[in-house]
Amino acid sequence: MTTIPDDSGSVFTAKNRAAAFFQSWPPGILLALAWLAMCALLVAFAPHVAPYDYLAMDLRARLTPPVFFGGDWAHPLGTDELGRDVLSRLITSVRISLVIAFLSTLIAATLGVSLGFLAAWFRGRVEQVVLMLIDAQAAMPFMIIALAMLAFLGNSLPLLVILMGFYGWERIARIARGLAIAASEQGYATAVRDLGATPWRIYGRHILPNIASTLIVSMTLNFPEVILLESGLSFLGLGVQPPMTSLGNMVGYGRDYIQSAPWIMLAPAAAIVLTTLSISMIGDWLRDRFDPTLR
Amino acid sequence: MTRYFLSRLARAFVTVVLIVSAAFIVLRLSGDPAITILGPEAPPEAYAAFRAAWGLDQPLWNQYLRYFGAVAQGDLGTSMRDGRAALDVVLERVPDTLRITLPALLLNLAIGIPAGIWAALHRNTLIDRAIMTVSVMGFTVPSFVMGLVLALVFAVRLRWLPSGGSDTALHAVLPILTMGLIGAAVIARFTRSAMLETLGQPYIRTASAKGLLWHQVVIRHALPNAAIPTLTIIGFMVGSLVAGAVVVESIFSWPGVGRLLVTAVANRDLAVVQVILLLIGFTMVAANLLVDMAYGWVDPRLRSGHAAKPA
Repeated sequence: MTTIPDDSGSVFTAKNRAAAFFQSWPPGILLALAWLAMCALLVAFAPHVAPYDYLAMDLRARLTPPVFFGGDWAHPLGTDELGRDVLSRLITSVRISLVIAFLSTLIAATLGVSLGFLAAWFRGRVEQVVLMLIDAQAAMPFMIIALAMLAFLGNSLPLLVILMGFYGWERIARIARGLAIAASEQGYATAVRDLGATPWRIYGRHILPNIASTLIVSMTLNFPEVILLESGLSFLGLGVQPPMTSLGNMVGYGRDYIQSAPWIMLAPAAAIVLTTLSISMIGDWLRDRFDPTLR
Repeated sequence: MTRYFLSRLARAFVTVVLIVSAAFIVLRLSGDPAITILGPEAPPEAYAAFRAAWGLDQPLWNQYLRYFGAVAQGDLGTSMRDGRAALDVVLERVPDTLRITLPALLLNLAIGIPAGIWAALHRNTLIDRAIMTVSVMGFTVPSFVMGLVLALVFAVRLRWLPSGGSDTALHAVLPILTMGLIGAAVIARFTRSAMLETLGQPYIRTASAKGLLWHQVVIRHALPNAAIPTLTIIGFMVGSLVAGAVVVESIFSWPGVGRLLVTAVANRDLAVVQVILLLIGFTMVAANLLVDMAYGWVDPRLRSGHAAKPA
């Protein structure tokens, strides 16, 4: 006896499942996630993945074009004016730029959440001071503040990271304050407060986990802007200093060879655009999914 | 109405005081102002004269007040590089910066606002998607990449435009285009969402229901209301234009304030950096004040003092 496979039904559900999958995970988001996953791997394993040392010079192979533009597979993205492998430098640059942006965003989030919570807990005069700081920070273009601080305090990598950490704290503080004030009116916060919990406990163990999703979304939206800021400063020669390299740094040096060797500048430029585009797409997507109030 | 303007004016004044105070604090934090302003190689008697002139032997509070006096009189030290007054060094660059930032701002508005309105009125059509896709680039393509790509295409490949310098009017085209296109993308996005929010309001439905033609609804009811949030963004645009000028002037070797700032930071010419910092701070305050004044003009509710401050 044969059984007739019920394929019409199964095909129908399979198609539905695929459609449902792409509805909740749009192809653009999948591509963005894939690119970021690759970047994350590069950050973790950069020295092992890069074909050459990023500082290794090969003066006989200077300004070799990329592989499909007259170059060869020895240097897939070509070489720069000192014969350094562009791909290896790119991998190292992605690593440095992302690590700086990540640390800085963490600093901004810590600073923003702390000040936002302080304002929400004390209200009154403390809140007025925090709000004034927020307004003052928002009034000046951050690029200018950063340039001035670099001029007055000199340049070093830790200083650069801390400086970038001041970018965007005011937006996170504003959100954290608003959410914390709203949350402290809710039953669970009142309950733990009446049980005699300390402010540390109320804010750290109860309110923070409850508003974390919104804060994480706003951190995600801050991240690409920090990348753009760092690469802008490095492009001007005032951010990450050689011999270290970052994406903006590579574009800055590649600018001198825009006529004879545009790939030196185009490869890191493309990496910057792809990375910031991916993170902002994911940030927007997360926001729409988890927190429509943040628009 | 007078009360509204006076309160804005008072806030602007407080911000100016804050900016000058911040400059004072940063200047003091960075070490002895005599050394930072005059440079490390000045003769000892110059330091002594400087300290006496700026009252650095006085108590801190006294110095703080004197600093305000110095700022008010434009007495802000000399440039380490060429020994001229820092204020003069900066001011002579201002016209060149305005020559590219003002047309860029106009380009922002001329492209961004119509594109945003058009996208909102044709929501979810192909045109809307195209405009929004292009405008995402404004948020993710940094101005130095945009500038270099434009230079690569129009100066290096096509050879239509010069890639650097400021000799002719043609030299201004690429810098203006770089800042103009990026800003237009930002404005288009905000105009679109402001417009969409307005179009969803009950008074739009009422206006259509009472039989007005669609273009009358849009022109008389939607546009004035959508103008308010858009104005806020224009205030912010001034800040991003200033920051953009720093990068764009450096790319195209344009002799404006932005490029001066970059060289001054690289050379640690602190007197010049300080003047530029104060100048930009005052510009931002003035721009925000103008935007606040424009609110009062666009939104009659604010004039009568019935409504809260716009978001």
